[in-house]
Amino acid sequence: MSNQSKNKTEVILKIDNLESYYGPIVAIRGVSLEVREGQIVTVLGANGAGKTTLLKTISGVMDPEKGTISFLGNQIQGQEPDRVVRSGIVHVPEGREIFPILSVAENIELGAYTKSDKASIAADLEMVYSYFPILKERRSQAAGTLSGGQQQMLAIGRGLMSRPKLMLLDEPSLGLSPLLTQEIFEIIRRLNQEQKVTMMLVEQNAKVALNAADYGYVMELGRIVMEDEAETLNNSKDVQEFYLGVNQEENQRGQKRWKQRKTWR
Amino acid sequence: MDFIQLLASGLANGCVYGLIALGFVLIYKATEAVNFAQGDFMMLGAFICVGFANEDFLGWSFWTAVPLSIFFMSVFGYLFNWGVLRHMFGRSQTAIVILTIALGFILRFAAGTIWSHEPVSLETPYAGKDVSFGGVVLGIDEILGVIVTIILTISLFIFFSKTKLGLAMQAASQNQLAAYYMGIPVKRIQSMVWGLSGAVAAVAGILFASKGAIDPSAGLLGIKAFAAAAIGGFGSLPGALLGGLIIGIVEPLSSRYAPPGVSQIAPYAILLVVLIFRPGGIFSQTQKKKV
Ligand SMILES: Nc1ncnc2c1ncn2[C@@H]1O[C@H](COP(=O)(O)OP(=O)(O)OP(=O)(O)O)[C@@H](O)[C@H]1O
Ligand SMILES: [Mg+2]
Repeated sequence: MSNQSKNKTEVILKIDNLESYYGPIVAIRGVSLEVREGQIVTVLGANGAGKTTLLKTISGVMDPEKGTISFLGNQIQGQEPDRVVRSGIVHVPEGREIFPILSVAENIELGAYTKSDKASIAADLEMVYSYFPILKERRSQAAGTLSGGQQQMLAIGRGLMSRPKLMLLDEPSLGLSPLLTQEIFEIIRRLNQEQKVTMMLVEQNAKVALNAADYGYVMELGRIVMEDEAETLNNSKDVQEFYLGVNQEENQRGQKRWKQRKTWR
Repeated sequence: MDFIQLLASGLANGCVYGLIALGFVLIYKATEAVNFAQGDFMMLGAFICVGFANEDFLGWSFWTAVPLSIFFMSVFGYLFNWGVLRHMFGRSQTAIVILTIALGFILRFAAGTIWSHEPVSLETPYAGKDVSFGGVVLGIDEILGVIVTIILTISLFIFFSKTKLGLAMQAASQNQLAAYYMGIPVKRIQSMVWGLSGAVAAVAGILFASKGAIDPSAGLLGIKAFAAAAIGGFGSLPGALLGGLIIGIVEPLSSRYAPPGVSQIAPYAILLVVLIFRPGGIFSQTQKKKV
């Protein structure tokens, strides 16, 4: 591709020609992508593009029909989710998916289910609380009573407890105010830099995602239709018009390729 | 005096119902399936203990027979989920219900073939012994039943709230998908819950057979325990125990003080009343979950 050559790190996740189905319905078809160590990679796309399905297939809650996923050199497609977590990938799902009647602290502890070293679990807990002080404050409250933003923090904090090398984040901005979205993304950036967690970030909110990301892919109807450096995508006319809501009246006929499917907020 | 006597024996019966109901609820919460063979698990646990302990069979020490039969039933529960139910993943609830009903028939038949259909009681070191408190005579078996139920309840409470495995079981029942995302091996955890409820059923069976006779159709009292679980609100462990105690106490009292026949329908009448006034059961958790 283009100017990807500057500071190339190792590819830790490599997906080849992945295909997943819900019964007879194909949800992703022939997806190939790469995530390099230390990067924040974003996958953009409209409702139903197949972003969540892609993440579910990586984390092992769905099995692909075809294709391979290799992580740190090992093929992990079709493995049970607990093995995938142990190998260093954690999935922070769309819509938080916390354990509502357990306390905040219990939720976070369950994130370390695959860990057994008590001392390092305790250290990780302090690390999580240092990024999300509000969770420490609310630690004995039932998680279902947290606000949406706090639940998102909980979902990320819980995911961190497995000490992932790669975190799959599914729409962390969903349902959050612009201010809170900024706050969450700031923490995601810090975790990426300070804790060395590589991030694969699925978003509909392209503006925020591209600002945080190093590299980006665009999905449409289960396929990757575009990929580039985040900065390049940010300046691309296609992405600007259809994902960033920039009006380009003077250039209406020049744009091809994209079907008109502006279904997002 | 009479009243207290009835109350005590009702309490002891109620513990058995409560423990079977506990088994229903454990499995329901963890897997969203209802094990209609839970009563037959209780029956089988009792017969296995009889098989180990009674002179007519192996005649081993009672204190060996009890842990062995509890262990056996937990393995049985685990293997049933692991070997059979796990492969029905994604099938309709009806299919699973029918499968557990069929399992109940099989267990009744198997127990009848192995131990005969004659009622037997478990031979215990404390059989027939009793103590009296100012005119009220209480069997050791009854007192023990209540004590064992209390201890078991407290241990389960500690297990679920304080241990990693217990928390993981709760997590898997509250949000199965999220449990997968956390690397919790949900299917194995579900098999363990089946194992746990097999063990609880064995305890219930041992209590039942040590204070009366058991025959292969005894598992049918699982229906009463099912009512007990529903009275307590199907998702609640303390509710299940409470439901069991209510039914256990109402039965002897109504057969003594009410017209004939009332005691047979009392459990279901209570269930009906509870369902009308508190559709989620006494310990309904739905309000909590909705927040
Ligand atoms: N459980 C399911 N059963 C059947 N089809 C499904 C299921 N989940 C998703 N799909 C279909 O698969 C396709 C991809 O869905 P997916 O959830 O991956 O999209 P998405 O990009 O995450 O969308 P969104 O941005 O709305 O979350 C959609 O067409 C959707 O209708
Ligand atoms: Mg999605």
